Amino acid sequence: MINFKLNGKDTSVDVADDMPVLWVIRDVLGMTGTKFGCGVGLCGACTIHVDGEPLRSCIAQAADIAGANITTIEAIGETPSGQAVQEAWLHLEVVQCGYCQSGQIMSAAALIAAVPEPSDTDIDEGMSGNICRCGTYVRVREAIKEAAKSAAAKRAE
Amino acid sequence: MTKLLETRLSKLSRRAFLKAGAAAGGGFMIGWVPHAAKAGGDAVFAPDAFIRLDSTGKVAVVMPVIEMGQGTYTSLPMVIAEEMDLDMGNVTFEHSPAGNAYGNPMLGGVQITGGSNSIRGFYMPFRQAGATARRMLMTAAAQELGVEEGTLTTEPGFVVHVRSGRKTPYGELAQAASALSVPAGVALKDPSTFRIIGNSVKRLDTAKKVNGAAKFGIDVQIPGMKVAVVAASPVFGGTLTSVDEASALQVAGVRQIAKLGNAVAVIADHYWAARQGLDAAAPEFDDGPHASVSTADIVAALAKASEKQGAVAKSEGDAASVLAASSRKAEATYEQPFLAHATMEPINCTVHVKPDSCDIWVGTQVQGRAQAIAAEALGMQPEQVTIHNHLLGGGFGRRLEVDFIQQAALIARQSPDPVKVVWSREEDIQHDMYRPYYYDRISAALGEDDMPAAWTHRIVGSSIVARYFPDFMKDGVDPDAVDGAAENVYGIKNFFVDYVREEPPGIPTAFWRGVGPTRNIFVIESFLDELAALAGKDPIAYRRALLAGNSRALGVIDKAAEMSDWGTPLGPHRGRGVSFQHVFGTFMAQVAEVTVSERGEVHVDRVLAAVDCGLPINPDTIEAQLQSGIIFGITAVLHGEITLQDGRVEQSNFHDYEILRIDKSPKIEVAVIQSSEAPGGIGEPGTSGIIPAVANAVFAATGVRGRKLPFKAEDLRSR
Repeated sequence: MINFKLNGKDTSVDVADDMPVLWVIRDVLGMTGTKFGCGVGLCGACTIHVDGEPLRSCIAQAADIAGANITTIEAIGETPSGQAVQEAWLHLEVVQCGYCQSGQIMSAAALIAAVPEPSDTDIDEGMSGNICRCGTYVRVREAIKEAAKSAAAKRAE
Repeated sequence: MTKLLETRLSKLSRRAFLKAGAAAGGGFMIGWVPHAAKAGGDAVFAPDAFIRLDSTGKVAVVMPVIEMGQGTYTSLPMVIAEEMDLDMGNVTFEHSPAGNAYGNPMLGGVQITGGSNSIRGFYMPFRQAGATARRMLMTAAAQELGVEEGTLTTEPGFVVHVRSGRKTPYGELAQAASALSVPAGVALKDPSTFRIIGNSVKRLDTAKKVNGAAKFGIDVQIPGMKVAVVAASPVFGGTLTSVDEASALQVAGVRQIAKLGNAVAVIADHYWAARQGLDAAAPEFDDGPHASVSTADIVAALAKASEKQGAVAKSEGDAASVLAASSRKAEATYEQPFLAHATMEPINCTVHVKPDSCDIWVGTQVQGRAQAIAAEALGMQPEQVTIHNHLLGGGFGRRLEVDFIQQAALIARQSPDPVKVVWSREEDIQHDMYRPYYYDRISAALGEDDMPAAWTHRIVGSSIVARYFPDFMKDGVDPDAVDGAAENVYGIKNFFVDYVREEPPGIPTAFWRGVGPTRNIFVIESFLDELAALAGKDPIAYRRALLAGNSRALGVIDKAAEMSDWGTPLGPHRGRGVSFQHVFGTFMAQVAEVTVSERGEVHVDRVLAAVDCGLPINPDTIEAQLQSGIIFGITAVLHGEITLQDGRVEQSNFHDYEILRIDKSPKIEVAVIQSSEAPGGIGEPGTSGIIPAVANAVFAATGVRGRKLPFKAEDLRSR
């Protein structure tokens, strides 16, 4: 059994140690917000947070998350940065097909949590691991800046 | 956490953060019987195939087309809401089932989402549907209140008795309206009174896409469902010869091996077990007749075919004689590679075959075709197959194809359980149905006025239409293959376009975002730039002179020129390029600004796009679709290329089939021209316009004319 916290809840799974975390989340636990895109850590669609850090769940193994705090797209809105990102995403209509957006949002939330006022270079570095085939990048960039500002304003309150 | 884990996580997350391997109206309504359906206990007013009003006043629009990012699940409901007089907050959507009632009038009544035809096909029918529903609610209200219908009007969600001000909510009229017959010829609104169309309305599909709740085909979960992973013959046309079933079945979680003629599927409790089972199965294949196919041979065959006369798509004047007699002429060959679609949602399809019926959960652009192929595969009647459509994690033409639905049906019929077939990314890249390699020969002669006096264009390549829509072939001409090339938009006096069909052996070909125009506009707009250079003219002035009198064309060109400060200096290694097009019913001009490094790497810095797509429905979506199409096209110019060797596709995942990322993405500005003309398509023209704009900008920056996609750094290096 591998034990960890998933979106704040104690969770146990009986899976092989080397099973990718992506499939633990999607196929064993049945939470489908985290997406399969490439299987080799190239596209970012499967991004989750492990103890607040972004991780490509398709190349992380189940044994690696034993004891960790996992957050997925389903609960990222409960964090201040995640909430700010989701609001900016909707306000600026970032989303098109939406398939990659779980991963984009998870990366963006981690970015503004780590870098409260991200520059364009920070955004390039934090987000270039996430592919969007619909090409929503122009709005991703704007929305990250907006989310960072609103998160900062909330902290100041 | 263990030390090992900490190391692994910190390594992974650093990588994740820094790059994560990044470096690395018409007849279509016939047959519909109005009724008061029961849904969740609520009376539902369903005057046609599209509108479902429940007793609480909510309207679900049954969408004839599928949402794949293009915003159609908002823009088409806006059209109904406009005429029916609804608050957009009370409007939702449902996916349509397979059915003739959902055919697109622009596409011969076929149920299909593609070719930037959704607004063009359904704008008028949806206005009519909305207006008709509103009238029926007013008739129902007149009967209930015992007043003349002429004393009633509506405000969003209510029928209003003008004199008394009494309001009746639509929901309370649903039952009564259901008993009425559907009137014909109901008058439409005066467009000058539109209050929804033309305003940027928030998308109806996105709230669930930011919190993981949206369901794509790959997210389907059916009780008892198993997951299958597939390996098809690496060579197209090959056959399965052996499978190590015993080893595969030893993998924990593997349940069954399903063999097909050209592929094997391992069915398991979850993807990971299936994946490991497939590795253990170590399938072997007979490569079949296409074992030696290579890109080089295919291109050689296309070049040879280009010497042949083609089927004539357009002939005006006598281009051949004018060219022969001219001393000022240019000729060129343009080449465009095979391309994969690489939708972010990997190919998948879930099928449950029962003795007398079959359910299919999938994201498809063609519900009817999906139903038909599955029925054929299973020996059933189409009515026995139910298609449950889903949001598409990208379409781009890939989900116009049903190869994977047929495959999933053939796998699932071997299992008592529902089976979700999921392709790996490698399977997706190596078993796509590809945009074909195209080979174009083009020539022109300049007259004394420096303008093209004669133009010939021969287009050589695979015909997708001959396979997909054989009835649309006309005297050997594939209308898609010549779309955007045969219209003579520049009004050249002696003009000739022909098409030579040449199929690559064994390679399945398919539509790709922008379809014919994406290939043709690159060739035409690049070559027109060559002619402007030959004539010593400015590329925009040259186009303006040719388009004199075409006010919509000049409108977009002048706007793009203004936005880009056309003519101002840009500095070393930089250049500007323009494109103009009138395709998909939409006029567009784009200016791209690029920087080409000394090593030959192209960076697109900025794109300025002006679009006149007729009456804009949802302007924010128009802007978004241009941003999207432009980035999609830049990927094609800079990266997109599928190659074959020994019958096998050489690329396999995003490391060698690269997609533009945010760090290489340009700034994009879009201007939407106000217009009251019929609405045009918007999902694809951004892609067709950007490719030549970048090519022409690279020429301006380097003096090198790129006639073969994608552009390679070694060809653009400073010498």
